[in-house]
Amino acid sequence: MNRNQRRHLEERLFKFIMRAALFVTLGMLAAILFTVVRKGIGAMSWSMISEASTGGSYLGEAEGGILNAILGSLYLAGGATVLALLFGLPVALYLHTYMGQSKLADYIRLVFDILWGIPSIVYGVFGFTLMLLIGMRASLLAGILTLALVELPILVRTIDEVLRMVPPELSEITYALGTTRLELMGILTRQSLPGLVTAILLAFGRGIGDAAAVLFTAGYTDSMPDSLMRPVASLPLSIFFQLSSPFPSVQARAYASALVLTILVLVISLLTRLSMRTLSKHVVR
Amino acid sequence: MESIRLQMLVDRVGLRRMVSRHQNRSWRWWKDWIAGRTMGLLTVAASLLIVVMVTMLLDRARPILASNSISSLVQGEVWKPRQGLFGFWPFITGSVLVTLLAMLLSVPTALLSAIYLADYSRSRAIIKPLVDLLASIPSVIYGLWGVLFVVPLVRDHISPWADRTLGDHWSIFQNTNPTGFGLLAAGFVLAIMTFPIIVAVSEEVLRSVPQGMREASLSLGATDWETTKLVVLRKAAPGLIAAVVLGFSRAFGETLAVAMVVGNRVKVPETLFDPAYPLPALIANNYGEMMSIPLYDSALMTAALMLLFVVLLFNVGARSILGRLNREQTT
Repeated sequence: MNRNQRRHLEERLFKFIMRAALFVTLGMLAAILFTVVRKGIGAMSWSMISEASTGGSYLGEAEGGILNAILGSLYLAGGATVLALLFGLPVALYLHTYMGQSKLADYIRLVFDILWGIPSIVYGVFGFTLMLLIGMRASLLAGILTLALVELPILVRTIDEVLRMVPPELSEITYALGTTRLELMGILTRQSLPGLVTAILLAFGRGIGDAAAVLFTAGYTDSMPDSLMRPVASLPLSIFFQLSSPFPSVQARAYASALVLTILVLVISLLTRLSMRTLSKHVVR
Repeated sequence: MESIRLQMLVDRVGLRRMVSRHQNRSWRWWKDWIAGRTMGLLTVAASLLIVVMVTMLLDRARPILASNSISSLVQGEVWKPRQGLFGFWPFITGSVLVTLLAMLLSVPTALLSAIYLADYSRSRAIIKPLVDLLASIPSVIYGLWGVLFVVPLVRDHISPWADRTLGDHWSIFQNTNPTGFGLLAAGFVLAIMTFPIIVAVSEEVLRSVPQGMREASLSLGATDWETTKLVVLRKAAPGLIAAVVLGFSRAFGETLAVAMVVGNRVKVPETLFDPAYPLPALIANNYGEMMSIPLYDSALMTAALMLLFVVLLFNVGARSILGRLNREQTT
């Protein structure tokens, strides 16, 4: 075999390995979805998603469904996303319009990147410590607050990146017309609306799937969420607590929760892609 | 009298100077000023969150750090909270081994996939969203899949096979654990979870390598793979390292998916199939009873602190590499 043949053999070999690596992993994606759907379909029924849980867990057979977990998750993630947006949007806009390209702004971006990387169990522990400090019990409110902390860096960094995509000429023109930075923010918000929606959906998706942060703070309960100060069930914890149960009817709840959670997450990521495409109609390019 | 005192107060806080300096500013200007100050305060407060977190965890961990030396905590192998023995060694080795195993599986596949997506694939538009989808799946779903798919696979096929073929020569392949819940299952699940992160970051790094460099290499007669190997990979190396480090720190802090499949036994694992007990699982599994035993909650806070420090260190390192690359690119 001469040198050239060897070079081309190496080329073909590596292309094959690369393709294999990618497709084996995507095969795992298919395996995950297949497992969840197969188990979930078997456990799914109308009463499963329309009733709250009664009985079950480690003690005995379960009745009722997982509506309490579905609603609990939606409340938790919804509340956290609204709260995080309330703080995250001003912070991102401030970084962009007031601080611009300064060194300090870069440091703050670094800090938020690092906050993004902190494991959610640490946020959970932190939230729990805060709760002890002010004498709060595991509740929907505590869960929302902790999840909001988890989502804040995601929102800030994604919105910041979105704002960077706005052509700088737009800001320059706006300034040239005599606006203040505050008034520019309104224009930037409108201009980057599709990206904002994407960021919000991303944060919501992270929030609804996050279990470690709500483990200590939101607790778990069989009853429907009815008060900000009471514990609340959530889909991820419904899976975590009920999967290892010896009773098939309790396990079925875990499977059904997994299916619902997966469908929610899939819909969210689909919406993320759609929002990027369809909402950008009214954007100046 | 009253007005003089007020005057003095105004003078002392410097309000007067400020007011006179800005006397003929418009209301719009003031609105901008107030909003700017408020949002600036908000930004600073939010970015001080890390400091607050570290201080608070340190404060809660202090009781145990005061009564035990750090080296005895880290190297201690006995974990008996009821007797006041807190040795973190099994948990530290558990965390490190699970994460390393996951990286061993995911780094080669993820880097090769990223290279393929960045430079070779013609169907990137279809494949990239699928990889992103992998990133958006919640960790408990991975855990569920681990319990239902990976654990039986390890129990029924991989571990008997490894024991039969390799177990006689290397003790780490001996099948000591018939349940399947253990290091390998957790490493496998974690590998799939870190894959999309490493791919996302390293693909971006690879795509930022100037196209001209590739063209120069190709025009000298190099094949595609030679261009990748000799030009693109060298240029992208720091960024790829950063991607791997980010993947590592994500895997190190991953909690519930690992806790569901790793077996959770307090013992330093000796074989690939042994159960382990990583730090995040320790925290997650014991939050309920930690109030009743003295120093227990302090010990769990120490575990959280260890986790936080490792993740902070790795993240700062990776992010500063990526930040420097970004600046090089824009200037």
